Amino acid sequence: MTLWRTLSIAMVVLSSTTVFAETQLSVKAAAEYRNFFQNPLNVQQTDNQLSLFVEPEIYYSWNDNLDSITFKAFYRWDNEDDERTHADIRELMWLHVGDDWELRTGIGSVFWGQTESAHLVDVINQTDGVEAIDGEDKLGQPMLNLTLIRDWGNVDLFILPGFRDRTFPGENGRLRPLLTIDTDNPIYQSSDEDNHIDFAARWSHSIDVWELGVSYFKGTSREAAFEATIINEEIVLQPYYQQISQIGVDLLAVLDSWIYKFEGIYRDTNEADNYFALITGFEYTLVGVFDSVYDIGWLMEYQFDERGKDSLSNGQNDLLFGARWVFNDVDGTEVLIGIIQDLDYSNSQSAFVEASSRIDDNWKWRLDARFFNSSNILDITYNIRKDDHVEFSLEYYF
Amino acid sequence: MKKLHNLITTTVIALSLVSGYTLAQTPEEKGLAIAKERKARDFGWGDSTAKAEMILRNAKGQQTVRKMKIKALEIADDGDKALTIFQQPRDVKGTAFLSFSHSVKSDEQWMYLPALKRVKRIASRNKSGPFMGSEFAFEDLSSFEIEKYTYKYIKDDTVNGELSFVVELDPVDKNSGYTRQLVWIDQSHYRAQKVEFYDRKNSLLKTLTSFEYKLYLDKYWRPSKQTMLNHQTQKSTDYVIYELAFQKGLKEKDFNKATLKRAK
Repeated sequence: MTLWRTLSIAMVVLSSTTVFAETQLSVKAAAEYRNFFQNPLNVQQTDNQLSLFVEPEIYYSWNDNLDSITFKAFYRWDNEDDERTHADIRELMWLHVGDDWELRTGIGSVFWGQTESAHLVDVINQTDGVEAIDGEDKLGQPMLNLTLIRDWGNVDLFILPGFRDRTFPGENGRLRPLLTIDTDNPIYQSSDEDNHIDFAARWSHSIDVWELGVSYFKGTSREAAFEATIINEEIVLQPYYQQISQIGVDLLAVLDSWIYKFEGIYRDTNEADNYFALITGFEYTLVGVFDSVYDIGWLMEYQFDERGKDSLSNGQNDLLFGARWVFNDVDGTEVLIGIIQDLDYSNSQSAFVEASSRIDDNWKWRLDARFFNSSNILDITYNIRKDDHVEFSLEYYF
Repeated sequence: MKKLHNLITTTVIALSLVSGYTLAQTPEEKGLAIAKERKARDFGWGDSTAKAEMILRNAKGQQTVRKMKIKALEIADDGDKALTIFQQPRDVKGTAFLSFSHSVKSDEQWMYLPALKRVKRIASRNKSGPFMGSEFAFEDLSSFEIEKYTYKYIKDDTVNGELSFVVELDPVDKNSGYTRQLVWIDQSHYRAQKVEFYDRKNSLLKTLTSFEYKLYLDKYWRPSKQTMLNHQTQKSTDYVIYELAFQKGLKEKDFNKATLKRAK
């Protein structure tokens, strides 16, 4: 008997014995075109980039939705950057729901936090760094996750076997340092290398106008440091992943038209000095401006990292000011513009525009533009000072 | 004796006139009494599940369809809890909306964004804003609670073939998008047949009309279709309910941030 036949019979038996079963299929796909306005720092780097991706998802539930399996695959093809052509299992998760608990076993994604400009406390998943510079795309993480639902809040406990290396643009890609990042030769502080088992826990709760979260993580840092080395007669940057333990706190308060946000972490690196970092700010929304149905949201966030200019993060002492225009129309049109000023390097700024709207029930367009300015070699933004670009996407959803 | 009898009769008549006068309700009292009766007749439905479609039409008659699944839980002495899962348009498929509406204090609302796996708390100040680009505002879809308005009975009128009380509702919350609503409540079953919404400048903004009321569990009336017409833009939205079922055994634990994250 073939494997396929065994599987089909297993599925039939499974579905015939269940009380209620359901299958849902959905697909997201897009064609994206990027144009960089300035000449690259390195002649190998491209000026124009065409890329396609597809992300199918299948969801199957049984046992009155108390058990389900979700499988979400991802594949991107890029005409210039080999590192950006990549595949990932975003999710392959069995979820079992108990009376006041949930157990997730498999590969998946978890989001923690409240702020917009960066996500400090969000440490479960590795960033899929070739996807976008905002760091919001994540690689699937193997996990065992128990959620306890109590009157005093939800508790999440994680065992995270296996570490995912961060992805970085390759030789021909933009939005990278002048030296190529050698993702094939990472260095790990732990002798277990990428097989180190990490642990994490989080308590979160909603009380009246407050959202509260306290989290703990012990394991391999998702953030890469770099070591310059000579490999094959070329100077490259090798990613270096430390062992860390970190406590995170995230808060949000809703007061009328204001939403206050805070995220803070204290990280013990056991190699260098311990440090803390924070992001805090607000979003103020005006509903129905000028007697219209439009909403305008004003955002301001301050980012601080105790490591200062030695920080691996762009937001070591930075201020974001942004505006979100929500049209509340049938097409769901939204425009977000923002500017980030570095307070340590007065000549360092970046700006962005993100706009999107539906074309019909299945199609959507998206426009992203980013601009970088920096004149100080010590500033992280200096690496991408020539990488101003605009990206147009045509997205298909089913 | 005759005199005494007359005196007593006169006194009784006089007293009954006085008490009759005090018993007669003011328009505010009558409006509140109608609202309380409406709420009382709808009490005890427990929980419900349904599928819904919103058909959005612009002034030219072009249509767009929204599809969603809705779970709701009745909370005694406060607003209801509801979980809405969007299915169409496809780019928002899997996006879910959890709301705890309250009769006095601000509603609590969360949105789950499946692409980011992120639960976002949203400011309930948006109650006057459009729901999914439709002509329904968030506040039009939240549960009816006595404390949300002050009331005034206006007149009797016939609408949709039903003799109705016309009651004016003035929202208590300053964040409401309306100065007042005029509600036609039928006298046979205390169902809202028609609602006129007046904007902050007190001009007629929208009219909601309910169609095909059906009886559930021998007690609860629900319209199969509601049409919201915007008089200022000529846009309209039909809100159609399918597969509505009550007392499916939903509990408070089915309405929290953990269930929001796994809503499908």
